[in-house]
Amino acid sequence: MTKQKKMPSTLANMVIVLVIVAGLSALVLGFVHQITLKPIKEAKNAKELEAITDVIYTEFDNNPFEEKTIITTPDNRYKLRLYPARKDGKITSVAIKTFSNKAFGGKMELIVGFFLDGTISGYKVIQHSETPGLGSKVNDRKFHDQFQGINPGKNIFKVKQDGGEIDAVTAATISSRAVIDAIQRAFNAYSKFNTGN
Amino acid sequence: MDKTSFNNLTRGIIRENPTFVMLLGMCPTLGVTTSAVNGLGMGIATLFVLILSNIAISAVKSLIPDMVRIPCYIVIIASFVTVVDLLMAAYLPALHARLGIFIPLIVVNCIILGRAEAFASKNNIIQSIYDAVGMGIGFTLSLTLLGTVREMLGSGSFFGWSFVGEEADTLLLFIMPPGAFLALAGLIMLFNKFIKGEK
Repeated sequence: MTKQKKMPSTLANMVIVLVIVAGLSALVLGFVHQITLKPIKEAKNAKELEAITDVIYTEFDNNPFEEKTIITTPDNRYKLRLYPARKDGKITSVAIKTFSNKAFGGKMELIVGFFLDGTISGYKVIQHSETPGLGSKVNDRKFHDQFQGINPGKNIFKVKQDGGEIDAVTAATISSRAVIDAIQRAFNAYSKFNTGN
Repeated sequence: MDKTSFNNLTRGIIRENPTFVMLLGMCPTLGVTTSAVNGLGMGIATLFVLILSNIAISAVKSLIPDMVRIPCYIVIIASFVTVVDLLMAAYLPALHARLGIFIPLIVVNCIILGRAEAFASKNNIIQSIYDAVGMGIGFTLSLTLLGTVREMLGSGSFFGWSFVGEEADTLLLFIMPPGAFLALAGLIMLFNKFIKGEK
């Protein structure tokens, strides 16, 4: 192999090369972003619809995803999305998309299902940045099943370490608290929505 | 295939294995290997970025002034990582969700910059591809092996298939960070004894 001559490190050369490299990268990224924008959104919507179906335990014949309404938390600071599940036009239960900022790895988003009296029917974390293998276990059946049948208005809705009834995921107490925080937020907003109507 | 090419291709797998011999890229190695599938996914994502970045850097090496080569390499690597990140989010959402934060972190993986600096910036494109494939496969194998060991000890399962049942108590330590160090140390020990020791 012949030794190729390198570009000399003069100021002009360095500036030009860096600008060209950065410009080309920006071009490539912009292009890939454009073509992946739609599939990413579709994957997210499909995941949300799947999660909604998973957390609702009553029969329904509508498409909850298309009938979403916006509800607000009691202090009016956050807006959450509520998906009603209807059977013959009557609401049988609801799914609410909620979030928590108290998770270990930033924002955690989840969908929680409530029966009409506010009892939890199920939940599913759809977006998180928790540690793989530890905090990411918040979707495991063993942890999830403890929430079914709990009513955040009646039960002490906390992890055991905080004096409540929920067994936190091993080595992921913060992630477990975040799930509770998110569901509590959804419950508060749902209660307000119910009394407001 | 001539001898040099073959050498470049196989070097990363055992002789200069990035994980067990060079101890590079420890952050993803210890971080994601809580299960075999995570290790495999991370390894393959890294393999892709490594091939792309080695090709690109080998192609432009004579155009980049020496004093700004590191910033240029980093920009090139970061772009490829973002491309892989976006493509995975679009077409492999489940795996993308599992690996989470570790995909963007491929940017700071020393193996990639290490190969760019030590190999791609001095060799032609074809040899750089061989090098990237060898190193990538070596990394993928090590991560999968480490993930398998940790998953079997820590969760009692093999590639997600549980062989001890849901309720059994497992050595949870091994899926937590200290267990990562212990498992890696154990594997390096065995590697040194049985594979390097033969020479």
